[in-house]
Amino acid sequence: MSRRTVAELSRSLARGEFSSTELTRDYLSRIKQFNGVYNAYITVTEELALAQATAADQRRARGEHGPLTGIPIAHKDIFCMQDVRTTCASKMLSNFISPYNATVVERLNAAGTVTLGKTNMDEFAMGSSNETSFFGAVRNPWDPERVPGGSSGGSAAAVAADLCAIATGTDTGGSIRQPAAFCGITGFKPSYGRISRWGMIAFASSLDQAGPISKSAEDAALMMNAIAGPDSKDSTCVDVAAPDYMATLNDSLQGLRIGVPRQHLAEGLGAEVESALQAALKVFESLGATIKEVDLPNSHLSVSAYYVIAPAEASANLSRFDGVRYGYRCADPVNLEDMYKRSRSEGFGSEVKRRIMIGTYALSAGFYDAYYIKAQQIRRLIKQDFDNAFKDVDVIIGPTTPHTAFKLGEKNSDPVTMYLEDIYTIAVNLAGLPGMSIPAGSHKGLPIGIQLVGKDFDEARLLNVAHQYQQNTDWHLQRPEV
Amino acid sequence: MVWETVIGLEVHVQLDTKSKLFSGSSTTFGAEPNTQAGIYDLAMPGTLPVFNEAVLRMAVKFGLAIDAEIGRRSVFDRKNYFYPDLPKGYQVTQLAFPTVGKGSLQITLEDGSEKVIGITRAHIEEDAGKSLHEDFQGLTGIDLNRAGTALLEIVSEPELRNAKEAVAYLKKLHAIILYLGISDGNMAQGSMRCDANVSVRQLGAKEFGTRTEIKNINSFRFVERAINHEVQRQIEIIEDGGRIIQETRLYDADKDETRSMRSKEVANDYRYFPEPDLLPVVIDEAYIEAVRAELPELPNAKRARFVNQYGLSEYDAGVLASSRVMGNFYEEVVKICGDAKLSANWVTVDLQGLLNKSDLDISQSPVSAARLGALIGRIKDQTISSKIAKTVFEAMLGNEQSVDEIIESQGLKQVTDSGAIEKLVDEVIAANPEQVAQYRAGKEKVFAFFIGQAMKVSKGKANPDQLNALLLQKLKG
Repeated sequence: MSRRTVAELSRSLARGEFSSTELTRDYLSRIKQFNGVYNAYITVTEELALAQATAADQRRARGEHGPLTGIPIAHKDIFCMQDVRTTCASKMLSNFISPYNATVVERLNAAGTVTLGKTNMDEFAMGSSNETSFFGAVRNPWDPERVPGGSSGGSAAAVAADLCAIATGTDTGGSIRQPAAFCGITGFKPSYGRISRWGMIAFASSLDQAGPISKSAEDAALMMNAIAGPDSKDSTCVDVAAPDYMATLNDSLQGLRIGVPRQHLAEGLGAEVESALQAALKVFESLGATIKEVDLPNSHLSVSAYYVIAPAEASANLSRFDGVRYGYRCADPVNLEDMYKRSRSEGFGSEVKRRIMIGTYALSAGFYDAYYIKAQQIRRLIKQDFDNAFKDVDVIIGPTTPHTAFKLGEKNSDPVTMYLEDIYTIAVNLAGLPGMSIPAGSHKGLPIGIQLVGKDFDEARLLNVAHQYQQNTDWHLQRPEV
Repeated sequence: MVWETVIGLEVHVQLDTKSKLFSGSSTTFGAEPNTQAGIYDLAMPGTLPVFNEAVLRMAVKFGLAIDAEIGRRSVFDRKNYFYPDLPKGYQVTQLAFPTVGKGSLQITLEDGSEKVIGITRAHIEEDAGKSLHEDFQGLTGIDLNRAGTALLEIVSEPELRNAKEAVAYLKKLHAIILYLGISDGNMAQGSMRCDANVSVRQLGAKEFGTRTEIKNINSFRFVERAINHEVQRQIEIIEDGGRIIQETRLYDADKDETRSMRSKEVANDYRYFPEPDLLPVVIDEAYIEAVRAELPELPNAKRARFVNQYGLSEYDAGVLASSRVMGNFYEEVVKICGDAKLSANWVTVDLQGLLNKSDLDISQSPVSAARLGALIGRIKDQTISSKIAKTVFEAMLGNEQSVDEIIESQGLKQVTDSGAIEKLVDEVIAANPEQVAQYRAGKEKVFAFFIGQAMKVSKGKANPDQLNALLLQKLKG
């Protein structure tokens, strides 16, 4: 039963084929069996899960259930969960028990989901391979020698290996979409402002966005219905009610205008990814869509702009981890400066420290205009590129990543090579648009993802397009041999 | 060499809101340490700020009161530095786009002349917590109750030229803040804190001298002393051939000196950038007009009205309008007794003298406006003389009796019965034949002697006008 989608599980629970408690026990035993291999979970909340499953079964018996009631879920360890260790995969927070729930967690709890645990990730979401975690690397269920992608690598691996039915992730530069592509599953990043960031530990505040990592677009829509919408605790969360994402999943794609970015088909794109993309476009054509090339002339600047803006914001966001109030504190500090220096030097991993230094440098007097201001100008140009492209098309489709999952350790020595992994996804965060990766092919036993990008707050259309594709293909149903 | 002093003040005013700038935590002063710090104030991971609209309203109110430009779009920024009482490692403030832009404040100098001081800006920002160095045996305690409280930082142009002007500016600012009701302005509790940027230059020089910033000045008196001390220190250094170092200095009220606090701060780089967790605050015309409609009458307007409506001198009107409580007190007295000029005299001279002597504020006056009004009313209806009134006033301090009860019980009622006064006059004339002779011989100055004698016999209670008339009549005989 653990292989089924949330939609299927929901129907089975409704029909009484099995209880949430039985389902939860099944997942917990799979986690016991396989987490040692994949390292997808940092913390397994067995007791909590069983208690929530019991409560869900009781709710169902009373007829007070929704589609997510009793569904076993995993949360990326970037979401604060009350009374549960919330580490952000860092030594800095390895002892941190959150006193409160993130809004995403709160809303999913209210929907009746069963929390299996907290998933592994790159430390503070900084990475594209899930190798920067203080709790060790996550392995790709399709090939344990390979990375699952990052930073939401634990959530992606857990969903791909059926160690949960669905998971939450966060995406700052591709952290939901790239691991989804590498693990052969569906990853959805909503528009910036669609989902509350309250309780989601900040990496880069103007780019971070939570979203579902799931086995299908339909499952993503189910989770979106539970978590999207205004939240008075987050001023950047838009004050507009979210639509019912299930309602439009089956709309026809007849007349849909798809744009393919010319710049994404250029040098650097692996042949296997390109052919998978072309095959997918054929499917969309057969469903009534028209395809045309579009221009995103400034897309080559997105990685550079991102690696100024994101570290700049991170350098301030991570200042609170100072050893004073919570988190890691060095042993026997001799004075305040010593405590700051050693707590932070010892508590953060090297990629986090690299980005804090880059960000601090970019914001420094004398460099601010050349880096931060320039990067913001580029950000506006990138948004304009998308605005122009969307005058003629409804959805933009391209590759999610240049190639399939790479091997552990392969890109560790050169940070810039690693940063270029997110070349197709980063611009979407800079523009604040909704983006999605869905499985669309396979090469040498490794999944290939394609990326769908929508207009501002047009999540419903993206989910509709992805769902229609999945109704007519079965890439999303393929599972690794665990 | 003749030196000119240049002073600019940065005044932090703690805005009197129920909850903090970006969180729902309470702001009550004096609570147990860390009982008023919520998860945002503690900078728990994942927490976000939500702007308290009451703060905006207060800032705009202040801006309108000083005729300032109101920022139609103000932006919050992060100011980055590490300190244990700054939980996030950055302070949220407004750098390039403050809510209140250029404005001005009119101050009254000692010679009665007016001077207009430019206000560069006033921006909204968060307060820090407090580091507690006592009681922890070499360790430092942190109290985050104050962390995140809303401040308005009001920055003046360097247009103040001596310590007295600085105090006058600060007092005027204080009055306006109390008029607006946006802060309790309590300097001792830190609700209003003043940093002074001080430099000296040769009179007539165009360039400013190197300035020092004096922090931690927490009373009007200390502002004057700290500035005077610092000016003297700078002049001595320069005259000895030295140079002033740009630095932050702390005023120590106990030793009456300033001392260097952190000269490294000059090299501090705060790495300001726009706060991505907050949207820009956009204000439209309707909002500004709604706030304008809430503005109370301000000191200058009140002074002008007192001159026009009550016929007071500019000086008296200025004193009475110097604080909202004082103005209200005065007007209540007038309402009760119906005599504006007498009321002005009593409030500015007798009552103010009493308050000064006991170091009290008008809001702590031991004599209520109602009682003072009743007293003046009895002068006006000639129940007592002005002189007796001072005796009654003294008596009012010691008990809660009404003015009439005091007059009655102490037998202070003025004698207006002409028969009784005539008897009194006859007695005095009969008792002093020598002086009568002198008067009648043309030495009219002796008249005052008879008044004095008559008042003495009547214990000051004889109606002065009647006494005058009768005495004159009888002496002229």
